[in-house]
Amino acid sequence: MSEEALRTESISKSFGRVTALRDVSIRLNKGEVLGLLGDNGAGKSTLMKILTGFHKPTTGKIFFEGQEIELKSVSHARSLGIEPVYQDLALINEVNVYRNMFLQKELLRNKFFQILDDREMRRLAQEHLKQMRVNIPSVDVEISKLSGGQRQAIAVARSVYANAKVLLLDEPTAAMGVKESAMILDVIRRLKETANVAVIIVAHNYAHVFDVCDRVNLLQNGKITFDRATKETSIDELLNLVLHEMREAREQIHPTHG
Amino acid sequence: MPTEPPKSAPESQATPKRPNRLGVLGRSLLHSREASILIAGILLVIYFQSTAPAFLSWSNIANLVVFAATIAIIAAGEVMVIITGEFDLSVGMVYALAPFVMYDAHAAGVPYVLAIVLGLAAGAVVGLINGLITVRLGIPSFITTLGTLFMINGFTLTISGGFPVQPEADPLIFAIFGGPLGGFPVSQFLWAIAITALFQFILVKTRWGLHTVATGGNLLGAAEVGIKIARIKIGNFMICSLLGAFAGILDCFRISSADPLAGGTDYMFRATASAVIGGTLLTGGSGTVIGAFLGAVVLGILSDGFTLSGVSAYTFDMILGGAILVTMIINVRLSKLRAAGGGK
Repeated sequence: MSEEALRTESISKSFGRVTALRDVSIRLNKGEVLGLLGDNGAGKSTLMKILTGFHKPTTGKIFFEGQEIELKSVSHARSLGIEPVYQDLALINEVNVYRNMFLQKELLRNKFFQILDDREMRRLAQEHLKQMRVNIPSVDVEISKLSGGQRQAIAVARSVYANAKVLLLDEPTAAMGVKESAMILDVIRRLKETANVAVIIVAHNYAHVFDVCDRVNLLQNGKITFDRATKETSIDELLNLVLHEMREAREQIHPTHG
Repeated sequence: MPTEPPKSAPESQATPKRPNRLGVLGRSLLHSREASILIAGILLVIYFQSTAPAFLSWSNIANLVVFAATIAIIAAGEVMVIITGEFDLSVGMVYALAPFVMYDAHAAGVPYVLAIVLGLAAGAVVGLINGLITVRLGIPSFITTLGTLFMINGFTLTISGGFPVQPEADPLIFAIFGGPLGGFPVSQFLWAIAITALFQFILVKTRWGLHTVATGGNLLGAAEVGIKIARIKIGNFMICSLLGAFAGILDCFRISSADPLAGGTDYMFRATASAVIGGTLLTGGSGTVIGAFLGAVVLGILSDGFTLSGVSAYTFDMILGGAILVTMIINVRLSKLRAAGGGK
């Protein structure tokens, strides 16, 4: 097995009396794409927020590249190379593509006066986006002129450019058309080829997960109930698991009908 | 993969298509929202010159410059604040306050150069207070600066006793800070040009400017990538108040007098109108300092031109209000056309 990028050991998280996660252990290897599936309220967002350093786990351990770590904050996690791509993408609509690519990590022509080096940022952004096969009319257009898929792709490319080692994608294909989704999935595939990045994708769309992920984990009621390589399982098998959960839940509410 | 052929080039007012060291100013003038206001200004000059031949006389141009320069300097700061998604109502009161701080400091034995610095510092402190209350305590800036507006006005009236004062400084200081030269407000004009150029440059070419746009354009996103949004907002409040103070000091030397009732909400609204007419969006995330400068010039042309044409001051405000609305309606139409025509 290849090298480990990120691992959690028996993570639990409670908010007051509500337990969002119980005993969650996941393992993510370098260069691997892990799909995290689960219904609304299963604990996906809580798990992601723990991995980005936003929440602290109530109990359990996190290992990054084999070392046990305590994620103090989002910026601490990012400094290690754990880069979240938020659903709002943190892009600035009124600003062009290449400046967005370098936002907060701007290249400067003059350090003292903080003058931006537009030429260099433009060139590097163009090069990097081309390498990632992100298809946009030009790096000079404002983000507001781009489609949802193009924006998502730029946000992903930006994180990769920022030397992400673990990329956390929250619903990257949500509310996107077929072409748009295909473009994102293509970018994620390229990640595996060009950069040694590990990716966790939180998604609802099973087909998309099976398309790009090496492995799937299913989160049900705050627990990981399924962990298998996508090659060794099928969409049907997963759907059955989810439906089974539904039936069980129904039987708990109406035991006599069981 | 080959890049697509460029589609019809979309507008990008914040950055030129190809980074060009010298073409920035000219390009943003020709390529974007500033163009329409420039054309409006030229048309107005032609109109007023044809109705009142004295319009382009030197003495009248001097009048116009005095008005436009003061408002343009205040508007430059207001644009920076508006881009971050905030608003500063108090800047006109800082305009009145700063000369008195300067005057009193000098009366207490401080040399004039230092007294000017103290006057400017008083402005910066007001900006800091506006920023801290807005950002740290989460009070909408409209309310924060409404409060400080009254407080500063009361403070200025208190320290002045409600009476104007006459500064007596070295002629050189008068000459540098707004004093007329051969009957023409040369230095004030140059200050307005320099400040407009400086802040347009800061806005379009520096990290501070980019982060200012980012903060106003997507507050949450800017914070997520690690931009210190609190610092950006507070800093721009300070810039705005500082420029308000500077405009007040310039005017004080120009007319050799500081009036505690000068400036106020009238100047603040004119500066805001200049910013808006020039193409700055009140919703934040987008704005132009050059546009605000041109907006101030157009306001100056309107008020001066109507005065020369014999329109009464009462009627003038009606016309001014109408002009602002018409300009804005045209602007909104034009930007819709641009959005439809330019790029995807």
